[in-house]
Amino acid sequence: MSFPWAKQYQPTSEVGKWMDERLPLARFVHDALGPGYPTPKNLNAFYNFGVLAGVALVIQIITGVVLAMHFAADTRVAFDSVEHIMRDVNGGWMIRYMHAVGASFFFGVVYIHIFRGLYYGSYKPPREVLWMLGLVIFLLMMATAFMGYVLVWGQMSFWGAQVITGLFSAFPVVGTYIQTLLLGGFSPDNATLNRFFSLHYLLPFVTFGVIILHVWALHIPGSNNPTGVDVKSEADTVPFHPYYTAKDFVGLGIYLILFAAFVFFMPNSLGEPDNYIPANPLSTPAHIVPEWYFWPFYAILRAFTTDFLGVPAKLWGVLAMFASILLLFLLPWLDTSPVRSNNYRPLSRLLFWVFVVVAVVLGVCGGKPAEEPWVRLSQVLTAYYFAHFLIILPIVSKLEKTKPLPGSISEAVLGKYGSKSGGGGAAPIAQPAE
Amino acid sequence: MIRLGALAVGLLFVVNVLWGAIAPREAASPDMTKELHKHPKHMEWAHNGPGNLGLFGTFDRAQLQRGFQVYKEVCSACHSINRVAFRDLADLGYSEAQIKTISAEYDVAAIDSNGEPTTRKATGADKFPLVYANEAAARAAQNGANPPDLSLMTKARPDGTNYVYSLLTGYSDDVPKGWTKPDTLYYNPYFHSINIAMPPPLAADGQVTYSDGSPATTDQYAKDVTAFLTWTAEPKLENRKETGMAVILFLIIMTGLGYLSYRKVWADIKKA
Repeated sequence: MSFPWAKQYQPTSEVGKWMDERLPLARFVHDALGPGYPTPKNLNAFYNFGVLAGVALVIQIITGVVLAMHFAADTRVAFDSVEHIMRDVNGGWMIRYMHAVGASFFFGVVYIHIFRGLYYGSYKPPREVLWMLGLVIFLLMMATAFMGYVLVWGQMSFWGAQVITGLFSAFPVVGTYIQTLLLGGFSPDNATLNRFFSLHYLLPFVTFGVIILHVWALHIPGSNNPTGVDVKSEADTVPFHPYYTAKDFVGLGIYLILFAAFVFFMPNSLGEPDNYIPANPLSTPAHIVPEWYFWPFYAILRAFTTDFLGVPAKLWGVLAMFASILLLFLLPWLDTSPVRSNNYRPLSRLLFWVFVVVAVVLGVCGGKPAEEPWVRLSQVLTAYYFAHFLIILPIVSKLEKTKPLPGSISEAVLGKYGSKSGGGGAAPIAQPAE
Repeated sequence: MIRLGALAVGLLFVVNVLWGAIAPREAASPDMTKELHKHPKHMEWAHNGPGNLGLFGTFDRAQLQRGFQVYKEVCSACHSINRVAFRDLADLGYSEAQIKTISAEYDVAAIDSNGEPTTRKATGADKFPLVYANEAAARAAQNGANPPDLSLMTKARPDGTNYVYSLLTGYSDDVPKGWTKPDTLYYNPYFHSINIAMPPPLAADGQVTYSDGSPATTDQYAKDVTAFLTWTAEPKLENRKETGMAVILFLIIMTGLGYLSYRKVWADIKKA
């Protein structure tokens, strides 16, 4: 699908024509990321993060494939093989730091990407499937990151594996069976390490496949935009290439500078020092904490401290943690407002920013030891987390008075510069650069 | 239907977790360990460069050699640096012949021509051998304690370099009132549990004799051996920062050019 004014692919050479009739690969790229994809012309910098997430995944796959050439998935030597990479493999320290820091950066850009979708209502019709595929990618990332962290076989790897697989034991009847199945035994051991390595290598490619579906689903309705108003005419769009390839390249450069700053100057600042201690099943670390990108969910897990309705607190915590992500699948049907962008929804915009603060502070709580005041704070914030999506948003989306929407993207863009006459249809007049 | 279901589930979670929030807590018993525990002192290090920022700065080779000397004469009695190979000492400025002399002081396990286990002198390719054959042997010899390998120590503790220095210089005979310290342990507020099994290793000035005229004080020993252990944990530190400078410089130029082409491409769309 595309808009009727999308540029058609025109092979320029004989070889290009020959190929186009047999396997139109160049046409596919042209229509997906090239001049053949008309894109709203008002996308701001936050619309850069989808591309950045794609780049982050590619960096993880490339560095990961190289690391796997030197890593040994055996509990007796796994930690040593990581240190071998750090010390003896040419450039190994750089590849490993890129992979470790890259995981954090991948989550960072994906979180911004998700919050951008929340703010501009990118989950609303007709983009529900696009949104849900994104959540599937997020879940796959979480599983992949967790298993990758275990591979190092440091103290936090081992005890993280123990705690996270232990969550499943909270389920009645089948719980212990599931935990044993995940671990390949009764506690993390060689079978665990081997299956986690196997799956850690597999899942990124599954993720890649779902990303193809995600991009496909994006191209059916086309990109959302900061006004949330549908594209009405050619004047609302610009071809993806060269306009957004040029813009995304700048964003990519800034991203890579930040990434390099961490990789080369503070590579261990996002990790736990405990994971530089080889795994020891006989010594439990004082504070078992996951990496920062899991902290909000870890806080929700630990927020349930009382048995309730005959269900043990631990099971409530596990259910809540899973529910906190799964409820996002229902979001398109919970928020029923016909207006997409929060720019035109004053009340839900306020609630959005409250939610951002709640999510960040929940993260802080999740990184702290389970003590007061952090536990009580995370309980109140967890209550808000669920109330926000399941109670407040459905009600607000019914009741709130939204601001009038612009007639079209062009009108909104030109309105910014004081000319209200823009309207749909009139192509902006070319002006010499400054 | 979806919204009603969501409302019910939402209320269930909200009431549940708020119920937990108002539930009374056991009064937190004052934790003396936490009160006495000190964060590492902030020290300036050659490898952190100007302003201690960590941007520039290289290891001080003379300091690393002194630190290695302190390690060899003091720490190595109980602690191994099993992830470091003798050949790695070239980084410290030792020549091949010097490394040969150093490695020859150590014996490593080998098999003789009859297939019997024996030992041979270590070579540059060998790693520094373990001090104890296994954990049980270490605990038997060390009054129940297990001296950890030091190769990664400065990365395995929060603020590790400062931590190691602070721990080495943090021993005190003034045990606060109300704190119980078994006679076999020592008081050190920089250690996570305060009571540490390691006796003060740098006990007196003059314990190690430096040949380069550096002050033979316990403070200097602590600084030197900490710098050495920072190197054992992160031997590629200089290479890493040097590469980083070049990479970031390249990226800044690339992004700058990218920005200019972005401006040019968008010139006919954006009205300034």
